[in-house]
This record gives sequence, C-alpha cells and structure tokens, in this order.
Amino acid sequence: MREIAVVSSAIHQVEALTFKTDVQLMVSLINEARDAVDLVQADVGFTCSGSSDFLAGQGFSFVQTLDAVGASPPINESHVEMDGAFALYEAWVKLQIGEIDIALVYSYGKSSPGSRRDVLAVQLDPYTVAPLWPDAHAVAALQARLLIESGAVTAEELAAIAVRSQRNAVGNPNALRASADVTVADVLATAVVADPLRAADLAAEADGGCAMVLAAGDRARELCDRPVWIRGIDHRIDAHGLGVRDLVTAPSATLATIHAADRAGFGADSVDIAELHAASTAQAHILTVGIGLGHDVRIDPSGGSLAGDTLMAAGLMRMAEAARQVASGDADRALAHASSGPCLQQNLVCLLEGD
Amino acid sequence: MPVNEVRGVTAKLSEQERLRADLVIAYPFTRTTGPVVGAFMTGLRDRQIVGSRRADGRVFVPAAEVDPDTGNSLSEIVDVASVGVVETWTWVDPPRPGSPWDGPHGLALVRLDGADTPMLHGVLVDSVADMATGMRVEAVWREERVGHITDLLGFVPEGTGTVDPEIGNKSAEADPVRSIRTPIRLEYDFIPSAAAQEYLRAYAEKRILGNRSPVDGAVFVPPRGVDPRSGTEITEMVELPHTGHIGNFCITHLPIPGRSDLPTPYVSAWIHLDGADIGFLGLVSGCENDEVRIGMRVLAVWKADEELGATAENILYWEPSGEPDVPVEQAGNRAWPGGEIRNA
Amino acid sequence: MGSLGEHIAVLGVGQTKYQSTRGDVSIAGLVREAALRALEDASCTWADIDAVVIGKAPDFFEGLMMPELFLADALGCVGKPILRVHTAGSVGGSTALVATSLIQGRIHQRVLTLGFEKQSESNATWALSLPQPFSVSINAGAGGYFSPIIRRYMARSGAPELIGCMVAYKDRQNALLNPYAHIHQPDLTFDQVVEAPMLWDPIRFSETCPSSDGACAMVLGDEAAGDAADGPVAWVHGTAMRSEANNFPGRDEVSPQASRDCAAEVFAKAGIVNPRSEIDVAEMYVPFSWYEPMWLESLGFAEKDKGWEMVEDGSTEIDGGDLPVNCSGGVLSSNPIGASGMIRFAEAALQVRGMAGEHQVDGAQKAFGHAYGGGAQYFAMWVVGASKP
Repeated sequence: MREIAVVSSAIHQVEALTFKTDVQLMVSLINEARDAVDLVQADVGFTCSGSSDFLAGQGFSFVQTLDAVGASPPINESHVEMDGAFALYEAWVKLQIGEIDIALVYSYGKSSPGSRRDVLAVQLDPYTVAPLWPDAHAVAALQARLLIESGAVTAEELAAIAVRSQRNAVGNPNALRASADVTVADVLATAVVADPLRAADLAAEADGGCAMVLAAGDRARELCDRPVWIRGIDHRIDAHGLGVRDLVTAPSATLATIHAADRAGFGADSVDIAELHAASTAQAHILTVGIGLGHDVRIDPSGGSLAGDTLMAAGLMRMAEAARQVASGDADRALAHASSGPCLQQNLVCLLEGD
Repeated sequence: MPVNEVRGVTAKLSEQERLRADLVIAYPFTRTTGPVVGAFMTGLRDRQIVGSRRADGRVFVPAAEVDPDTGNSLSEIVDVASVGVVETWTWVDPPRPGSPWDGPHGLALVRLDGADTPMLHGVLVDSVADMATGMRVEAVWREERVGHITDLLGFVPEGTGTVDPEIGNKSAEADPVRSIRTPIRLEYDFIPSAAAQEYLRAYAEKRILGNRSPVDGAVFVPPRGVDPRSGTEITEMVELPHTGHIGNFCITHLPIPGRSDLPTPYVSAWIHLDGADIGFLGLVSGCENDEVRIGMRVLAVWKADEELGATAENILYWEPSGEPDVPVEQAGNRAWPGGEIRNA
Repeated sequence: MGSLGEHIAVLGVGQTKYQSTRGDVSIAGLVREAALRALEDASCTWADIDAVVIGKAPDFFEGLMMPELFLADALGCVGKPILRVHTAGSVGGSTALVATSLIQGRIHQRVLTLGFEKQSESNATWALSLPQPFSVSINAGAGGYFSPIIRRYMARSGAPELIGCMVAYKDRQNALLNPYAHIHQPDLTFDQVVEAPMLWDPIRFSETCPSSDGACAMVLGDEAAGDAADGPVAWVHGTAMRSEANNFPGRDEVSPQASRDCAAEVFAKAGIVNPRSEIDVAEMYVPFSWYEPMWLESLGFAEKDKGWEMVEDGSTEIDGGDLPVNCSGGVLSSNPIGASGMIRFAEAALQVRGMAGEHQVDGAQKAFGHAYGGGAQYFAMWVVGASKP
C-alpha cells in the first residue's frame, strides 16, 4: 500500500449561494487548494469530483463545473454522482495503483434553489415509498424515535449533541449554526420540525463546496510540512428499505470502520478527534456507538455536519476538517466519516494520522 | 470590427432588479414493475396487502424482489393482514407537495400481522397527540383503485375504519398490474448568477455582453465567468456588436415547442459574434435553408421593443446580413489564432 | 498493467436484450438480468463479489436519485462497497475503468461492474433537454449538437456524401448477428437508409441511435482469478480516460484533443504501436453514423481526412475487413445511454474470449473498447487481449 496524504484543502459553506454559481465557487476553492501547495493543474495526475444533477435541476450539471478545473490540456478525470468523500476514495484508489502521485478532489452542492428535504425523497424506493413523498426530515425522525424509544438515548442527550456541535462550531467560518452559550434547555425549548426532532437536531442545510489535494509518499512530504496520511479508508452499504434493516444501528458504518482500521493498524479507539456526517443528532449518536468512539474522543471539533451540511459535499468537508485538525497539530489521529442515503444507509470511514 | 468595452460593475441588486424564474422539473414517470412488485400492486388494487416470503419463512412487506441478505430472488407471494402495529412514527405538518395527503398526517412504519418487516405509509389521525408507537392500526382504502401505493389512503386506529365486508374483494380488473405512474414534480428557484443577471438585463436593453479572459483576452459569449482552459475567473464584461458569422450549423427537422413562427426544417447554428472567440447556439432564418453556409455573415433580429425582456430569447433569430462571407478556414472555432492577445 | 499493478481479467459478461421498453421488469429486475448473466458467465455467485461499481447517465431519466442506494439489495451489495459513476455518455466505459482500478490497486479481487438505463420510464428527449430559463430553446438535442461537427468533417475531408449511410447500414446489418441488439431490421436495404428522412441534416433518422432500455455487466477479477477461471477470459492490456471542457476558443471539435491524448495513452500502455494492424476488432461509441470515420482518424486508426476511406473500402466490415468496427451493431443499434459505453467494453472482451457468437471476428486477439460523452469531451478507452499483457 502506498502512503497517501491530504496535503491541502479549501472549504466554503454558507446558507445560500444565491448569486454565485457552483462554477464560480469551485474556481476559487480549486485554485485555493492547488495554490496552497504551489501546484497547477498540469501537476495533477487525476481529478475526481462528486455532485448531483438533482440539486441543480439540470442533467449533466457537473460538465459545466469542469470549467473550474482548467481542463486544457485534457486531464485524467472522473466523477461520481455521490458525496465528494467517495470521489476522494476513488482518487485514493487511483493513487494506490502507482501511476500518479497527485490527485485533486472536489465536490459542491447548491440545494438552496430547491426544497432539499423533498428532493431527497426521490432517493427512496420508487414503487412503494417515493410516491408518498416522505421528506428527509420525516425519514430521519422515524429513526430518531426508534432510537429514543429503545432507551438508548433521551431527548436531553440528543439536545446535548446539538449543543456540543454549536459550541464547537464557534470560530468556524464555514459553520451556519454556532453558539458559545446555547444550552440543552434552549434546544428543548425550540419547536419540533419532524417529531421528535427539533430544528437544532437536524443538520443545518447549506450550500458550498470543498476541494482537496492528495499526494503520495515523498511527494506529500515535499508539498507540505505535515502531510495528513490516509492510513485506512473503506465504505459499505446496508439494505435500502427502511423496514428491512435495524435503523438504530449503522452496520455499514461499523463494518467500514473495521475494514479501515484493518488497513490503518489502529481503530476508532485510538483517535483524538472524529468528524461525523450525520443528518441528525440521533444519527450522530448512532454513529458514535456504531463506529466505537470513546468518551475521550473530541467529536465534531468543527461543529460537524450538524453545524452546516452541504448536500454532496458534507462528507468531503468532514475529511477536510479532520485533516486540518491533524495538519495543525491539534490532533495526531483522526476519524472522518461520510454517509449517503436515508438513515445512514451507506457509510465511509477514513482514518487519518500525522507523522 | 472594434469591440466596445463596458466597465463591468456588478452592483448590488435590489429586490426588484433580481431576476429569477421558476424552474419546474416534472414528468409522469411510468414504471414497469416486474412480477413481484407487480403482485404487490395488484394486491393493493384488490385491497389485499401481500409480501414475499423467503425460504426460511421471513416475510417482506412490501413484497421485495430480492433478499437483502443473500442477493437471491424472492418470488413466493403471500397474503398478510391489513391490520398491524406502528413501530415508529413521525408527524408531517404541513403535508409535503406531491404527497397524497392534503392535511397534516402521521407517517409511520407499520408492521402488519403476518409480516416480518414494516411498511411505510400515512396514519390518518387528527393530531400528533393521537400517535403512539405500539398503536394498532388498520388500512383504509381508496374507493377507486388502480394498483398503486396510494390505493391505500393510509392507516387509522384499529376499529375506527369503516367496516368493509368487501375486504379482499378483487377489483373488476383481471389483468395483473404491470406498470404504475409515479409523477415527479420538483420546483427550483432559478436565480441567475450576478454576472448572468447583468448579461440578461443588458439583453433587455438590446445589448449583448460577453466576458473577456484576463489570460489572453479571449471573449466568451454568453459570459462564462471562468476561462475553461485554465480555470481562471473572468470578471471583465465587454459589449459586442449584433453581427457575426455562422461557424457551424445543421438543418433540424424536429419542431421546437412554442416556436410556431419557425417553420420546420430550420437552421440551428453556432453564431460567432464579431469580436467573440466562441460561438453560441442560435436559430437562423430569413433565407432558404440551403443558402446557409459556414462563414455566412449574419445579424440579429430582435423582438419588438415592447416584447423585450431580460432574456436571450429577445433575439428571435439571425438573418443574413448580405456582407461577404468569412472564409471557411477562418470561420467558427478556427478563428482563434491561439496565444495572441486580442486588442480592442 | 504489468509491474505497476495487477493484471485484470474479464471473467464474465452479461447483457440484457435491449429494446425501447423493457416492460417486463422493474429497474432492479433489469440490472439483475445483466448481473446474473455476468455472474453465471464468470462461474461466480454474489458471495464471490467484493465490490460493485455501477454507472448511468442522469438520474432524471428514471426519476430515481442516486440509484445505487435503491439497488444495493438487488446487486447483492449489502455489507459491501458500491460506487456510482456519472461521466455523461462515456459513463459505461469510465465505470468499467473505476472497477478496473479497484483491482489494479489491489483493493479487491472480484468486482461486479454494471451500466444501465431504463429510459422508457420517462423520455430521452425530455431528460436530455431540461428547460433552462432565460435561454433560447433550440431543441437541437444530441443530434443537433453533433451534426454541425459532422458537417465540418465532411467539408474538410471531402468525404463522399453517403459514407454515413454506409456506416449505418453496416451497423444495422451487424445487429442482426447480435441477439441482444435493439434494432433488428432484417429487410433493411441500403437505399432505405439513404432515403430515410433527415433529422439533423446531414444526419438521417436511419443514421441515428435509438433510445433503449438495457443493462450490461461484467465481472472483473485479479490475475489469480483470471488464471483460475474455467472458461476463456479477456485480459486488460491498457486503460485511459481523458476529459476536456467544451466550447472554448481554438477547440478542435472534430477530433478533440482529449480523444487523441486518451488514445495515445491507452495504446502506449498496451504496447501498441500501429493500432490499425495490431487491433483486430474495435467497438467504438458511434451514436451518429459519421462518427465512425471521425473516430477512426482521431484514435489513430486512419490518417486525418482518410477515415472515410476505411468505410468506403470495407475495412471496417465484419466480413473481410481488416479492422471490423461495431460487430455488435454498436450504439447505432442499441443505446441505453448509461450502459452503451460498457457494452463497447464488454463486446471487446467477448471478441477476444471468442464468445461473440455470430458476430465473432475469427481469431481476434486484441480488441479495443471506446466510449465518449458530453460535448465529445469525456473519453474512456480500453484494450483487451486474449493473452496476458
């Protein structure tokens, strides 16, 4: 296995990118990520991105975003219709092969023009579920109720997760929801959006993007002072139907963690921090347990996706936020997680380490 | 022909000045079901909920084509009851656009008696206070059923539904359901970017704007905001004349919805404005289709002043200007000399 | 391949019958049909598969967002990794390349890769031309986009007017040898091709790809799996992908640089110096007839402005041609957009495995698979061989 590291990243997240296009946003982020390590596109051996046509209401929407990369002369490039974390995975695989040493990964989402919670209903079983238009908040709520009624958590404990996120988010320019003095009581006093979930229980919807440069071995050491090594990365998926699997656990997250830990030589019990891609506080709890994060792990130091969730980029942002913690020396080992699908159906886990 | 420069200032737009449009993506998708999902839908039409049974006896409801544990096909269809228990629930208020419900409603995973997996559907009670995990519910049916998940109106607390002696009575239709219609309608707020706003408002004034790349002066129409060759941001706006030439074209024999003014076949062409370095698609009219050629010089034909809006649709089509052709070798994308800084 | 990574084998191929509407199956049923056939061909079960990579074109075609989520169960993928690739029309090819990478990088041993489209659930024209506010509606469609480029090629090369018709006739004749192909026109004459109505002059209806439902799957394996296989396998000799922007100053639209660069890389990796003589059969992505001579040139099988001669002199015919092209009938005969690229790759593999049935080119040792997408800006290619590289 080659050593692959995150050597730079650029993140931008806001409530709504009203007058800015995806392309404009990515021009600045991609240039920022490359400039940080003095690279131009000609230095990049493989480029991979993640995005969704449905967000934009346009088929092939990713084609226009290629403008932001500067694909002339032509580049070795691919795209997944998934969160950018999976584009990162594809780039990591490409780097493993050994033909290239540097990869550029990016993803973005601009869901503000549409109704995101309703767009996501189109992910569901098209015959028996989607025609009922169960929106994303309702789906998350079904899971949350199961969790609470199983006795695994109380509403107060979920509120505490919301509080943790908001307090951690203070100082993060990309967080939408940050507060140094919010309390559990404050959260419990707010209105319920989808019973039993309150607004603060649900990830704050955002527009934004993320770009990242990966490099292999010595090249990574040349490009930055403290490469953040991807020691292990894996992803798994569970059954689709909400009634077919146990919604209060995330078996694919557990499995992905095991496989990633296998490669890394260390696991969730050894990390200093973890960044979780959760759509709700309930999911954050499920992941904490499923991944096996102990009480000494600082969870979501950036605020996590609860503080700001750009559809299609939230997972990659977790990777970037976790990598920054390691790059700065605030952490030596980190776990970054990404998810996709209703109720944590698909999960990716990445174990990072600085020298 | 000189290119008139306009200092591109993207001023803060007031609410009135912001352009936006409703973008609706909608289609009445027709989904063929295959035998297993088809059996489920046929059952619904007959007011019978069915599941598929695995060899070990596990019954999946709704009927599943595939066993998630092994990837093996499931084909044995079994009846389950129309009553069962709520395993988890939430409350939807207001109801979502496109959903079958007009008012606030419960949404729950209901495990019917005889089923090993719960199904998702609505619970029709008056308020969230009437919802509870563990409550027993019974199905209520639409009077006219077609074989669709919405043949079920939803579930109500057991014993409160209208007693229906005809439960299980098959509908008049004998043929099994093979397809269902599942319309999807999604609405988006289409708000052009700041640069596009400026470009579109200029159109309303019969002005055509382009972008000039800081890299080598290449001019893009419509303004692209970024030079795709290098990923460099472009902010400089320039104004272009309404004349140009045809870089490329084809004669299309398919009609355009809403353009009855354009007889079929019509010419769609890549219009290269004087001073622009790429083309954009436009329609060509005002001459016979077989007179159209690469290099033919054209000029814009605009809508009447009172019909102008902030849209590229202001230009109805391009017609021959009568001026001598641009030589074929210099027409279209060939016109870019490559590497030269273009001067005003 | 070679010293940098694993040798990759194509262990099995599965295809569905392509037709305008597969009314007998659900989406899951459609993909399973191809997947199960590929598994059977590879003598594998679901349990042998380590990961799945699926690809398809815009989700608006089926109105199902991110279908890998819904299809996880149907593809035997619970507890496994699944990726979904989307690179416009080239997606079937790029999907196969992502799957190849997973084995090359020694991440997995056996990967199921699949491309599909069930575009009858909506309408291809609708899905390809979603409304764009403030823009002029041209309703040009894909044909309207590529037709002007074809016109330019015709003018530049001086090719006879009916070259496109010759390609279309050839591909439709070849389709008769392929039971999976969508368009079967046993009574088609060349004159009928010529006399068919123009859609986007110079492209006639008879020279245009259909809109098809369908799926194509392959099981790829590592060297050990390839060596252990009972039946014949195809070995991957080279892969390459390239992308470029569309519509920029000075762009060569007839032979995009991305196409030329991609071909140069894939042939270099496969150790091929003279593609025309060393490649025995090619499956190229030709949705509009004239793209056969255009791609022949761009890929290096023919010199510039000479590709049409290969059509005219029968070089690309299955009977007697030295470089048969699209013996399967090609995209011109079957076009489930998300699968079309993979069908090219799979058909190339079938040829060198000697399993192309009636459209087999005798003794094919090396075959070329090609896919493109977008405004002719995304390219994915592979070279496969009967022997290990």
